[in-house]
Amino acid sequence: MKLLKFFLVGIFFGIILVKSEAVSWYRIFEMFKFQSFHMYGIIGSAVFLGMLFLWLMKKTNLKSIDGDAIHLQPKDRGFVRYIIGGSIFGLGWALGGACPGPMYILLGTGVFSMLIVIAAAVLGTFVYGVLKDKLPH
Amino acid sequence: MDFLLQPWPWYVSGPLIALVLLILVYFGKTFGMSSNLRTLCSIGGAGKYSDFFKFDWKAHRWNLIVVLGAIVGGFIAVTFLSDGSTIPLNPETVSDLRELGFYDAGESLLPAEIYDWGSVFNIKGLTILIVAGFLVGFGTRYAGGCTSGHAITGLSNLQLPSLIAVVGFFAGGLIMTHILLPLIFGT
Repeated sequence: MKLLKFFLVGIFFGIILVKSEAVSWYRIFEMFKFQSFHMYGIIGSAVFLGMLFLWLMKKTNLKSIDGDAIHLQPKDRGFVRYIIGGSIFGLGWALGGACPGPMYILLGTGVFSMLIVIAAAVLGTFVYGVLKDKLPH
Repeated sequence: MDFLLQPWPWYVSGPLIALVLLILVYFGKTFGMSSNLRTLCSIGGAGKYSDFFKFDWKAHRWNLIVVLGAIVGGFIAVTFLSDGSTIPLNPETVSDLRELGFYDAGESLLPAEIYDWGSVFNIKGLTILIVAGFLVGFGTRYAGGCTSGHAITGLSNLQLPSLIAVVGFFAGGLIMTHILLPLIFGT
């Protein structure tokens, strides 16, 4: 029962991303070509409202469903890992048109060749984990 | 009910994504899809090769459940909530894509030229999918997050590292779209 709510959130998330076309390779291509406001509108409005929500949560000291204080783990300080890692991610995102959420959602829409992309993404994560200490962060 | 079956405009989808973030934070969690790739490595026994994968993956089960839901959500959306409308892309995008050899832009979510089995089962097609997945998996962990963790959650939480990561996402995306895709697909 505790996990069921996460299943429902996942379904909600999957439906939104398909209906918004944010899972579409074409929409990502169009975004990077600056030929449509669509993706910028989605990300922009999500971030704007997200800011407002998180600010209100902190302001009102809202407790989580389990009664704990709301706390978002801040990301470590740094520059190199974010700019290099981010760029590598961006190259893959624009090539395959799928980031780590849409990969699974697209699998659900019946695109089974996405399993190859998911397997390669797991491998990429594994290789990062192995090389982690040798990379600049 | 027709509006449910048509593509949803950005001003509906964006706020709903913010709602997903809000719900997960209210549940005492966070919104980050790429962490699941690390969890999958850990379940697969990657802890033998790097301490990076030595953590209690069972504590991250909730996120795998979100993934499971997302797969089902994708199925529900195309099966029950779709009227078969095409993606209203900018005509310029469609013509740019035709020059690259993509002829059915917007007819489906993904280009057959990349994702159909006929395109996948040759060296070039297979390489494209593997390289794309590998770069996403490697890059996202290196950067410590993806679109959901950095672009949505991190920016909403006003974190500078996330802004740097998003600049990186765009740098990589622009290089791929404007320089590399024409080299890969152009004739």
